[in-house]
Amino acid sequence: MTMDLRTITIQPLRQTFGHLARRMGADKPASRYMEGTMDLQPVENFHYRPTWDAEHDIFDPRLTRIVMKDWYALKDPRQFYYGAWVLARGRMQETAGADFDLADEQGLAAGYSAEGKQLVNKVLLPLRHVAWASNINNSFVSAYGYGIAIAQAAAYASMDQLGIAQYITRLAISFEEIDALNEAKTAWLNAPEWQGLRRWVEDQMVMQDWFELFVAQNFVLEGLLYPLVYEKFNAKLNAAYGPVVTMLTRFQREWYAENAKWVDTVLKAAAAESPENKAVLAEWVHNAKQRSIEALTPVAEIAFGADANSIMELLVGQINARAIKAGIGA
Amino acid sequence: MDMKVAKKLGLKERYTMMTRDLAWDTTYQPMDKVFPQVTYEGIKIHDWDKWEDPFRLTMDAYWKYQAEKERKLYAILDAFNQNNGHLSVTDARYINVLKLFLGSTPPLELMAGRGFSMVGRQMVGAGPRVACMMQAVDEYRHCQTQIHSISNYNKFYSGLSEFAHQQSRMWYLADGKSFFDDAITAGPFEFMVAIGFAFEYVLTNILFVPFISGAAYNGDMAAMTVGFSAQSDEARHMTLGLECIKFMLEQDPDNLPIVQRWIDKWTWRGTRKLASVGMMMDYMLPKRIMSFKEAWEIYFEENGGALFKDLARYGVTVPKCFPQTIEEKEHITHQSWIGFYMKPDAMSFHTWSPSPEELDWLSEKYPNTFDKYYRPVYEHWAKMEKAGKRFNNKTQPMNCQVCVTTVKYNEPGDPMTTCFRESIYKGEKYHFCSDHCKEIFEHEPEKYIQTFITSHQVLQGKCEPEGVDTDAPDFKPGSHMMEYWRLDPDVQGDFNGSLDQKNFAAWRELATKN
Ligand SMILES: [Fe+2]
Ligand SMILES: [Fe+2]
Ligand SMILES: [Zn+2]
Repeated sequence: MTMDLRTITIQPLRQTFGHLARRMGADKPASRYMEGTMDLQPVENFHYRPTWDAEHDIFDPRLTRIVMKDWYALKDPRQFYYGAWVLARGRMQETAGADFDLADEQGLAAGYSAEGKQLVNKVLLPLRHVAWASNINNSFVSAYGYGIAIAQAAAYASMDQLGIAQYITRLAISFEEIDALNEAKTAWLNAPEWQGLRRWVEDQMVMQDWFELFVAQNFVLEGLLYPLVYEKFNAKLNAAYGPVVTMLTRFQREWYAENAKWVDTVLKAAAAESPENKAVLAEWVHNAKQRSIEALTPVAEIAFGADANSIMELLVGQINARAIKAGIGA
Repeated sequence: MDMKVAKKLGLKERYTMMTRDLAWDTTYQPMDKVFPQVTYEGIKIHDWDKWEDPFRLTMDAYWKYQAEKERKLYAILDAFNQNNGHLSVTDARYINVLKLFLGSTPPLELMAGRGFSMVGRQMVGAGPRVACMMQAVDEYRHCQTQIHSISNYNKFYSGLSEFAHQQSRMWYLADGKSFFDDAITAGPFEFMVAIGFAFEYVLTNILFVPFISGAAYNGDMAAMTVGFSAQSDEARHMTLGLECIKFMLEQDPDNLPIVQRWIDKWTWRGTRKLASVGMMMDYMLPKRIMSFKEAWEIYFEENGGALFKDLARYGVTVPKCFPQTIEEKEHITHQSWIGFYMKPDAMSFHTWSPSPEELDWLSEKYPNTFDKYYRPVYEHWAKMEKAGKRFNNKTQPMNCQVCVTTVKYNEPGDPMTTCFRESIYKGEKYHFCSDHCKEIFEHEPEKYIQTFITSHQVLQGKCEPEGVDTDAPDFKPGSHMMEYWRLDPDVQGDFNGSLDQKNFAAWRELATKN
């Protein structure tokens, strides 16, 4: 049914939903991010305790040591509700897809030097399993985290990580290195250089505090791994073998820059809440840093040989600087 | 070159590389510690690799399709809002459908999202994990697009503003809340049967088709577009639910009785939950699409019947409640609307008595029951309303301990008697709306004694707004319900005479006069 309506201006009775007006302290229009996020998770009158965890409510703030008066203070600076997230990723995949098509059409990957390929196979390909671990770990945060602000952003992050695992796989397919994918998996499972990292991500998979997992996975491990691989290692490949890998890892680089803003903002809000939170976060960052340095150094050695330690030191310095900026201290 | 061509991956192989091949069996931590929830329900899985991916969507393709859909959807919403689209709906009564919908549906979409995140974390196989996680973000989409499409109505009409607050407090939203709380607190496999199969596969059409067509018939382009757009995701969700059932049944014969009990339970729980959708179809849409009875026949009896015929080869039988739902289809919507009509001061949407033409439509659609049992009630109430004494029942209802709905449905085979059942557990008496709910209780009493029943909790002083001193000597439980609910005074009372009715008429006149 269509109806011819004259354009008229009518005075709205209210500008937004009650819970948003109370948050903003005024009845004014709210963004779609706010409408799709704030106060949506039930917090009371749960009917049953989980049969898989009878000690807690379905959603329970006691599942982490972090304490927040308002869990929606853990906002996403990108303001990702589903539509905004999917539009952003839609644009990124379009570019990535075009890059892969171009590389395939022009035979760029086929023309990549054998030596370069070997290095890529050794360093980059096992990382699809690390992305898979990050997918699992972020899905834990999205499942058991408190409040929709953190839960939805973690759900998107877990899908992003699946996408990254798939882009790495696609790079191998583009390089016609299917066998190398299998070899990389074998290395991931057995080669001594990778066992520290595999042990570390498996230990993360059984962490019970979702916020600690968020810190260990998203802030510390990725905060070291992404600059190591997608900046430093990429720069080395670029200089030695040309820009094809840079092109085919564009998604990861852009994604990391954007995702890190979210991670830092969440940490900053939690640290600002109380000295207790700050201390807990500092403890977690400290522990995760030790584990991550241990786990990543052998990988850095495959990529950089003797330069590995100095590069790792540089990256640890970057993480420390981010922690200070987030109000946690180094 | 030839060798390389030979190495090209097939689609299935490629998808395997993109999903399952990413996973590995952990060894530094035992698998049963990484995935601790997959055994305690008694479901036996021997080989996760036997899972058949119901659809093969890599993330880049997912982002591409979903971004296209979202771009179109929000363009339509923006245009609808800019042009005061709300004034093109058939009649302001229609907006009450949106009030009921906003209170009941987006919060449950969100629970579905959280539930699929949990199951997506817990499943051992990479195939089901990926499909569940994708569904989790889809459910965020549904929740948010529904809120976004109704947000503009909230600016102009009553009863929409406090949906987030009311989701856990409003007595008549408790049935949906208990449904999802029940599913999410069950183990991962039961959740898949409850939401993935019973809800998404068996019952979803009866929820969404009437809502979408209802919106379309009544001029609500915004809700219609959101509904259609969500349907394209539902196609994926349905295949996931079905694959999960088949997978469990193929893995071990011992799984059959467990799965069958879940199918019986969740089909019944879903049926109870859908009574309010039926009521919307028969009473709330100014322009009707079809009766609930007709919809039930097409979507449940025919389509559902065919589905269970198909599943018979696994040993699955038609849900136990099937015959009772067929009998009830001629009654429940009338009993529901009567139940709601009686409580005009305690709901976030308006009710009204059907017009004479609407009564005739109901007689025609329900020849066996309407004139005999329900028309007299409405005619009596219409008389009372004319005399200035609109019916308003202030007594506390009795609620079913399992499905939480007010006990108001009739005894099977006897439309004149209300069906009551009870059960004693540890010296306490519990009440039920039906044999099916009683049976669900008796199978898991420790779970269902926990049910949050508003009418009981009120008496214990557990439903008070912030700031009420329950220890004060003059404290009277339940005397602040309006504040507890944050119920908008404008949405109380009959639709006739309401602010919505007046405003809509005035605005529409302004917008249509030359
Ligand atoms: Fe949905
Ligand atoms: Fe769905
Ligand atoms: Zn019941």
